[in-house]
Amino acid sequence: MKKIGLLIVILTGVFLIYATADFPRWGDPASPASTHVSPRYIEKSMEETEVPNVVTSVLADYRGYDTMFETTVIFAAGVACFILLRIPGSGGPEERLYRHVPTGITIRVKDARNVPSRLAQFERIDTLWVPHDLIIKTACRILIPFIQLFALYVIAHGHHSPGGGFQGGVILGASIIVMAMSHDLRASIERMGEKVNALLCAAGVFIYAGTGALCLSMGRNFLDYAALAPLLHCDPVMARSYGIFMVEIGVGIAVMATMIRIYDNVSSAGKYDEGL
Amino acid sequence: MIWQLDLAVLALVVVAAVGAVTIRDLLGCAILFGAYSFLMCALWSIMGAVDVAFTEASVGAGVSTVFFVAAVFRTTRRTKD
Repeated sequence: MKKIGLLIVILTGVFLIYATADFPRWGDPASPASTHVSPRYIEKSMEETEVPNVVTSVLADYRGYDTMFETTVIFAAGVACFILLRIPGSGGPEERLYRHVPTGITIRVKDARNVPSRLAQFERIDTLWVPHDLIIKTACRILIPFIQLFALYVIAHGHHSPGGGFQGGVILGASIIVMAMSHDLRASIERMGEKVNALLCAAGVFIYAGTGALCLSMGRNFLDYAALAPLLHCDPVMARSYGIFMVEIGVGIAVMATMIRIYDNVSSAGKYDEGL
Repeated sequence: MIWQLDLAVLALVVVAAVGAVTIRDLLGCAILFGAYSFLMCALWSIMGAVDVAFTEASVGAGVSTVFFVAAVFRTTRRTKD
């Protein structure tokens, strides 16, 4: 079986490499993509959408329908992860570990149901992942606001520089994941709860599709942002720029929430209690 | 584009890819996938595709490595084959 698999892989690889011989040369101005499609976008993007970064205008305006379903795919991935892994009800192992904060002594509670009520000086720690590092905690606490600020910059500045909703959303999600890794999963769930997260996940896709539907209700095509000009009190070209921005915000929210949801489910094995 | 730099990065990409497939330790595999993604990111920025490189750096080298490590943490570090 292994040999057959290897043979198939090698054959496919050979065919793929053979097929690359038919490709146009890298950066060839006479290739089909560079003769009709690219020049149109490069020349008209600025005057049609007021967006200097052509990648953003192609992604969110000219090919907006495509990007909408990319966002939906990410949403579906988050939902699939949730359905496969999430174990409903209060999970968590039977025994719990608590650390006495002033002395660093760890106590073990055999049965989670009769945990002592007075635990002011104790903090709960994971049974699987007990190392405690003040340096990592402090460094991450200082870094997280800057990571989030950078993520917002990436989303907002996607019109002028590389970046946009996807990258910014991933970085925003990563800031919460860093929180979960440096402290523990419960600390991050306290700040970004499961229900809020699920709501944001759907809200992002809703913002995207809603922007398209709004254009439709204003009498233009789906995702034709020029229709928003009367609502935004600006000319149609600027309205397309703002429309791209609205859509990017939706993408950012959806991607952020999905990344956090996948991480929470995978690292806690669906229990939302103890994780990496 | 400097072809020596391009060739060096491309060679490292191949090394990282082969290493990620052949290694038996799954945590090492996750780390090698991260290295592979980062090198691909370098390759794309050499070619001038900055948006793609940015996405690869954040998604491929950043978050997906974390997902792999989390999955290894919840399952097993050893592979059977």
